[in-house]
Amino acid sequence: MTAHPAIVDPAARRRSRALGVFLVLIGLMIYVFFVRSSTAGQLATFGMNPGRQTSALRIADVTLPVLTSLYIMSLLSVALGVAQLAWGFRRAEDVVLGLVALLLVLAFLTWAARDQSLNLVGILEAAVQRATPIALAALSGVLCERSGVVNIAIEGMMLTAALVSAVVGSVSGSLVIALVVAVLASGLLGALLAVLSIRYRVNQIISGTAINILATGATSFVSARFLAVYQHLNSPSKFPNWPVPLLSRIPIIGPAFFESNVIVYLLFVLLIVVHIMLYYTPWGLRTRAVGEHPRAADTLGINVYRVRYINVILGGMVAGLGGVFLVLGSVPRFDELMTAGKGFIGLAALIFGKWNPFGAFGASLIFGFTDTFQAKLQILRAPIPSQFLRMAPYLITMIVLAGVVGRAEPPAADGEPYEKQ
Amino acid sequence: MKRSTRARRAHAQTILLPLLAIVTALILGGILIIVSDLQVIAAFTRIPRQVARPFTDPATQVSLEEALWRHPNEVIVGDAVDVGNRSLRVVEEVTDDRNQISLEEARKLYPELGPGVTIHYNFFQKPGVGLRAAWRSVSVAYSALFEGSIGNPGRMVRAVADWFRGDPSGLSAAFYPLSESLVTSTPYILTGLAVALGFRAGLFNIGAEGQYFVGGLASVFVGYSLKGLPIYVHLPLALLAGMVGGGLWGAIPGLLKAKTGAHEVINTIMMNYIAFALSDWLLNGPMMRPGGYRPISPEIEASARLPRFFGGDIRFHAGFFVALAMAALVYWLLFKTTIGFELRTVGANPHAARYAGMSLTKNIVLAMFLSGGLAGMSGANDITGLIYYMPNAFSAGYGFDSIALALLGRSHPVGVVLAALLFGTLRAGATRMQSVAQIPIDIISILQAMIIIFIAAPEIIRALYRLKRPRVQEPMPESDGDLAEGAPA
Repeated sequence: MTAHPAIVDPAARRRSRALGVFLVLIGLMIYVFFVRSSTAGQLATFGMNPGRQTSALRIADVTLPVLTSLYIMSLLSVALGVAQLAWGFRRAEDVVLGLVALLLVLAFLTWAARDQSLNLVGILEAAVQRATPIALAALSGVLCERSGVVNIAIEGMMLTAALVSAVVGSVSGSLVIALVVAVLASGLLGALLAVLSIRYRVNQIISGTAINILATGATSFVSARFLAVYQHLNSPSKFPNWPVPLLSRIPIIGPAFFESNVIVYLLFVLLIVVHIMLYYTPWGLRTRAVGEHPRAADTLGINVYRVRYINVILGGMVAGLGGVFLVLGSVPRFDELMTAGKGFIGLAALIFGKWNPFGAFGASLIFGFTDTFQAKLQILRAPIPSQFLRMAPYLITMIVLAGVVGRAEPPAADGEPYEKQ
Repeated sequence: MKRSTRARRAHAQTILLPLLAIVTALILGGILIIVSDLQVIAAFTRIPRQVARPFTDPATQVSLEEALWRHPNEVIVGDAVDVGNRSLRVVEEVTDDRNQISLEEARKLYPELGPGVTIHYNFFQKPGVGLRAAWRSVSVAYSALFEGSIGNPGRMVRAVADWFRGDPSGLSAAFYPLSESLVTSTPYILTGLAVALGFRAGLFNIGAEGQYFVGGLASVFVGYSLKGLPIYVHLPLALLAGMVGGGLWGAIPGLLKAKTGAHEVINTIMMNYIAFALSDWLLNGPMMRPGGYRPISPEIEASARLPRFFGGDIRFHAGFFVALAMAALVYWLLFKTTIGFELRTVGANPHAARYAGMSLTKNIVLAMFLSGGLAGMSGANDITGLIYYMPNAFSAGYGFDSIALALLGRSHPVGVVLAALLFGTLRAGATRMQSVAQIPIDIISILQAMIIIFIAAPEIIRALYRLKRPRVQEPMPESDGDLAEGAPA
């Protein structure tokens, strides 16, 4: 990724050119779709304060002249694209790509809000809530795939944890116990995935698929056989929102990030912990070594199997936390198939975030955003069908995975079973 | 000589292992049915028996002598006593005075065991009751599964006998379950073939769901937009449209894999969700039924419908034979043609294939096109044979089930057809099991998951049944490349 500038890799050069063209295209897209359908004198108002009573400091709403701002955004992305084509941003390519993605989002918002007002903080708040389970799923993927085990069973693990947390939460009346038991239950599924993939060397896609089918079947079975009859087993309480002192007073960021429930904060903590563990501790070095080249790691005395077992079980537990969020963190009840593909979106976020904790979190935020827009789009009566926005995360992931722009490369031994010699 | 016995043992296990996997899954499913049955749980923990004299009904009563043998001669907490015409539970502290009575008062009323007192046994005191309840639970469930999937044998024989006597009225009801099983199996055959063909070429197509959707959309479009065509033109065209639609949908991840190395597993999953969104948009927009508010497509023309052979409720349609024909075609293509040889070689060893001058790009794209085409054909089949329009919630999880099918069928067309018949039968029967025995239909998914695990990790089955591991190379998929080793040569 960080090739020496003197060594020119033709594929890298082609990619950097493709990125330049892509950035210019985004600029043109802003022009074609948004600039041309706006007229001079239109104003867009962005609400900068949450609609509810909060402890955040109030700031003034922002009003932008639509046409001028759109022109600036369009020109800025074209300029960045041209700069990329002419000189190349090299290591800052990811940052520039993120910046232009943000520009596109802003342009879209500005255009959608012309002659209207849009509560930006409200959207951000909703996006964070929607991004949380996705980010936890992606983080679970980071843990597993960095050690070389593909985990497509995240969906099933989340679903199981969601069910367990609903039942245990209702029976015990304690949210903490519910959270712990649910996380342990999905950790158990992680252990099953690990045993199948590592001990029995089952193809990881197959073991993941089996666990997904098992989890959807088992949770729906329990739900239909017990929860439908005994409704009191499915009525846990909900984690309250705890504003973080001081941080929640920051305008915009405060209400969006620091007035949430404990699971969202757990996610933030986990992000930092996993990032530090992965890049600055022996455990992280071992994990990455096992994911890239298990044989070499084994030669150096690292127990490949043990590293993989630990990581997959931890990954299962983190995925479970995402499932718990869906129940105890939002609607406090379990519904059949309530994860609705969030585990798979998490996989997409993992790829888009290039197998890094913070990258995955950023990607999850973007996906959470598109999810929120999609709902908003219908309210704003925008002429773009909301379904296209729903496709966007998946399309972006495919583009990134194909390496047309911002190539994402998985760990080298991802998905390979390891057999000790 | 020695080699051939080994080979024979390996060959025997290729048939034995799937069978044992199915049987084991059914046994575990039965255990699940038992332990999730509240009546069985009650029969294991608290078996009520009323002390009676004279003692007439052993199912609800117990003689005083037997009661005294197991139980102290006085009323204890946990018993139930008759007061007036109600039965009250004896407890230490009364919290609900309509159903409970304190120990002291109960002993005043009934100082000794005798008629009017109900005592409770546990499982170990009356194991027969619990075992019988367990047996009843599982046998009711599984016989409902059998009757729902194959039919009631006695009724079928009688219906046929009546038919010979000139009264065909009972036939359709008697054979309805069988017809439903075949109807349910049809999409499974095609999606299973799709995944199996991918496996043979070393590709993991877990996007059969999306390809099925797109195939259905393409087929329904051809079905309702073209008018006035004769059936022998319109129907093949509708099926072909489904095949091409699904094929193109599958070819995109194939092309990405061949050109950029992007893993097809992720891309097929992404294409699934894109297909759902696309279908949602089309059904709410361009393809919405005129004059309606629901997101469904118009009905296809009569000339685009697969013929049904029997009237009335029997939904069995020609699509089943289309699926069988496709299975034969896939067999021929894979094992009797150069194209199939190339596909299998690329699957078995891409490096060798490239060295032998085969184009990886061409073969990967072709394999994904054919695989997607089969899944698309499955969607087209359901549109033209069953529902005649495109509903918004179209598919029923074929994408993941088909992986189980391909594994169970060892990626061989014949195996896939047999596996699909099994799964279709189970699914169709589960509907009846749900209504008769209140076992949620989701138990089939649990069975399927267990079958996948047992097939994919045969060591578990071998350990359970003390089978020896054959020395010949294990014909199980362990990684991408080995997936093509489905059947022994």
